[in-house]
Amino acid sequence: MSVAYAILLYIAAVVFFGGLFLRVLKYWRTPAPLKIPTMPAPTTQAGVVMRMGREVVLFESLFKSNKWIWIFGWIFHASLLVAFFRHLRYIITPDNILWPIVDLQLLQAAGKYAGLTMLIGLLGLLARRIFVERVRYISNPSDYLMLLLILVIAGSGLSMTFVSHTDIVALKMFVLGLVRFDIQPLPDSLLLQTHLAMVAILMIIFPISKLLHAPGIFFSPTRNQVDNAREKRHIVPWAAKLDATRGQRTEIKK
Amino acid sequence: MANFETPEYREYPIIPELQEGAMSESAPFIAKPNHQEDLGFPGELVDNWEKVAIDKMGDLLSRYRGFQVYLDSCVKCGACTDKCHYFLGTSDPKNMPVGRQDLLRSVYRRYFTFAGKYFPKLVGARDMNKEVLDEWYSYFHQCSQCRRCSVYCPYGIDTAEISMAAREILDAVGVGQKYCNEIIGKVFKIGNNLGLPERALKDTLLDLEEEIEEDTGLPVKLPLDKKGADILLVTPSADFFAEPHIDGLIGYAKVFHEMGVNWTLSSHASEAGNFGMFIGSYETMQGVAMRIRQAAIDLGVKRIVHGECGHAWRIAYSFWNTLIGPWDFLDQNYPIPQHICEYTWDAMQQNKFRFNKEENDHRVVTFHDSCNVARATRMGDKAGGQFEIPRNVIKEVCNNYVEMDPATTKEGTYCCGGGGGLLTDDLMEIRVKGALPRMEALHEVVEEKGVTTMAAICAICKSQFTKVLPYYKMPMDMIVSVHQLVSDAIILKGSIQEKELDGTDEEIAEEAASK
Repeated sequence: MSVAYAILLYIAAVVFFGGLFLRVLKYWRTPAPLKIPTMPAPTTQAGVVMRMGREVVLFESLFKSNKWIWIFGWIFHASLLVAFFRHLRYIITPDNILWPIVDLQLLQAAGKYAGLTMLIGLLGLLARRIFVERVRYISNPSDYLMLLLILVIAGSGLSMTFVSHTDIVALKMFVLGLVRFDIQPLPDSLLLQTHLAMVAILMIIFPISKLLHAPGIFFSPTRNQVDNAREKRHIVPWAAKLDATRGQRTEIKK
Repeated sequence: MANFETPEYREYPIIPELQEGAMSESAPFIAKPNHQEDLGFPGELVDNWEKVAIDKMGDLLSRYRGFQVYLDSCVKCGACTDKCHYFLGTSDPKNMPVGRQDLLRSVYRRYFTFAGKYFPKLVGARDMNKEVLDEWYSYFHQCSQCRRCSVYCPYGIDTAEISMAAREILDAVGVGQKYCNEIIGKVFKIGNNLGLPERALKDTLLDLEEEIEEDTGLPVKLPLDKKGADILLVTPSADFFAEPHIDGLIGYAKVFHEMGVNWTLSSHASEAGNFGMFIGSYETMQGVAMRIRQAAIDLGVKRIVHGECGHAWRIAYSFWNTLIGPWDFLDQNYPIPQHICEYTWDAMQQNKFRFNKEENDHRVVTFHDSCNVARATRMGDKAGGQFEIPRNVIKEVCNNYVEMDPATTKEGTYCCGGGGGLLTDDLMEIRVKGALPRMEALHEVVEEKGVTTMAAICAICKSQFTKVLPYYKMPMDMIVSVHQLVSDAIILKGSIQEKELDGTDEEIAEEAASK
């Protein structure tokens, strides 16, 4: 069992990091030939960083759009972030530079309840998907399954915190063993095994699904471009090549 | 009128319940083989069109980052679902921005993603077939590329980009839209969207000069192809003949006259509009725009000023430098290009004009932000200048100005319903229905604030409103150019209006003597 889980998690890590790297590389290399920021847009690069920051941290556009989606979505993502930091204690040791943050009482306490708020956010999003006609119309099976997957992850994690504790010392040995390529026994807990298996699946589907919205936002030309089209000529290689023939494409002989 | 019902005003702007297939019959006329071939597209549906379509999609994915990122990133959150005027006016779920994108995204997933290749049902992926192609043709011609959805999407997904790509694929397989492609052909052959030849243009301008002289007593000129002029004015060809556009053109002419500048129009570039954007083709858009660069060089001008036109101002402001730049031969002390509203507002701030605002006192004016100006361009040197400057110009010449519901103006403005290549009679139903949200906001200020006049700075908006206002039981002449308001209030030096206001020279002398 321990070996099977070790293999699964190794595969998940390779697919997650490898897949994400390839996808980001693709976004990076694909040119954006025209200036298409959604206006009004910042007129400086610093302004763009601020705009992107508000978008990523506060979900500014979503706030303008729909308060319900915003509140559920934001709660979910904020909880996810807190829970992620809390989980770092299973992976890093006190000699790591992140340890002082992970060791914070506040973070560990907040992390405990982040699971609960995450559940609230997820259930709110699921309820919208089921009960709002317009959202139901645009939902595919994968959209529901993804919410269910994360619900199971959150539910199993919460159960280990509040219902049936697992042996976290043994768990940490297992995880650190993975890092050192020295497989240690995984605690025999159905909740933990469910939790880990679902996380592995989530990591595997990440680079091949809509979860790509996470890197995608940073590459969105409507959000990451500076409004300076008049001041600075924006030209990508394939478009520059067309400049040579542009004077011949202005008329058709009658 | 037509065989469809104009939507009723809603008491509150509630989001409609879905009516699947409500607009599935709507489709514009298909381009004839000669319209297609003129632009280098196949004349009719090619034999192996499925492959051609998928190959074209792959080509676009490799050339447009936005297209690639937007197809991947949508999480189906639903934020955009109630933001499109065509959805609000038709209740058809395929007119929700995400619904429209998914028509194409489903095919993208089938051919370009792991999940769609092996688990198509799970992720809603589908094969490219004739049914899909017809659906694309119908619904990607129910999008005016106004970008309202992109304001509200948490990732900035811009349906305009998807819809441009879809139309580019449609052209590549031989199924183009007649309206857009025929018009682009006219620009390439004659020089403007209307197919107005140089002679006719010259005659029109002479008529206008006569009209202005009759009205003001002054020889205000509208020069054509004047070599060595300082300013080239590029404006939509609708300004030369359509109502109410033409009164805006008179306004520009009066502004230039009063400034005493040496300006000209060009017969080679007698069109600011550029439908190459609507069909998504960079090459076509560049070819059309290039005529303006050629005209500027041939005439030896130092500056380019741009008339009132929404999508054209987007291309001029955001794309010209890329498509037909660099502009190293123009005077770098002025914005290149400069919008006529920027020009007029600049001069207003230097007190170059005298106005009699009472000339506009019979009007209560509101301003419709044109989608492309609002969400795809700027004026002035501060973000949001595209909202402030036209309003400043109006307020300088009108005493009675009011705003519509703020949820329907500025960056949240609703499209007029006729943009993006939809301004054609074969799409009348979607045009009327898509105008609903703007008509509701306008109707509200008509009832509550006595608005009589809506000003706009887009040729398509002006034509569209002229046509759809009567469907909503409002007079068609409510819609005016911003520069018509300027034209009505400006008191040119030495004009009949000046004399009426101040009295004739003798009267002034008499009055002075009697004191």
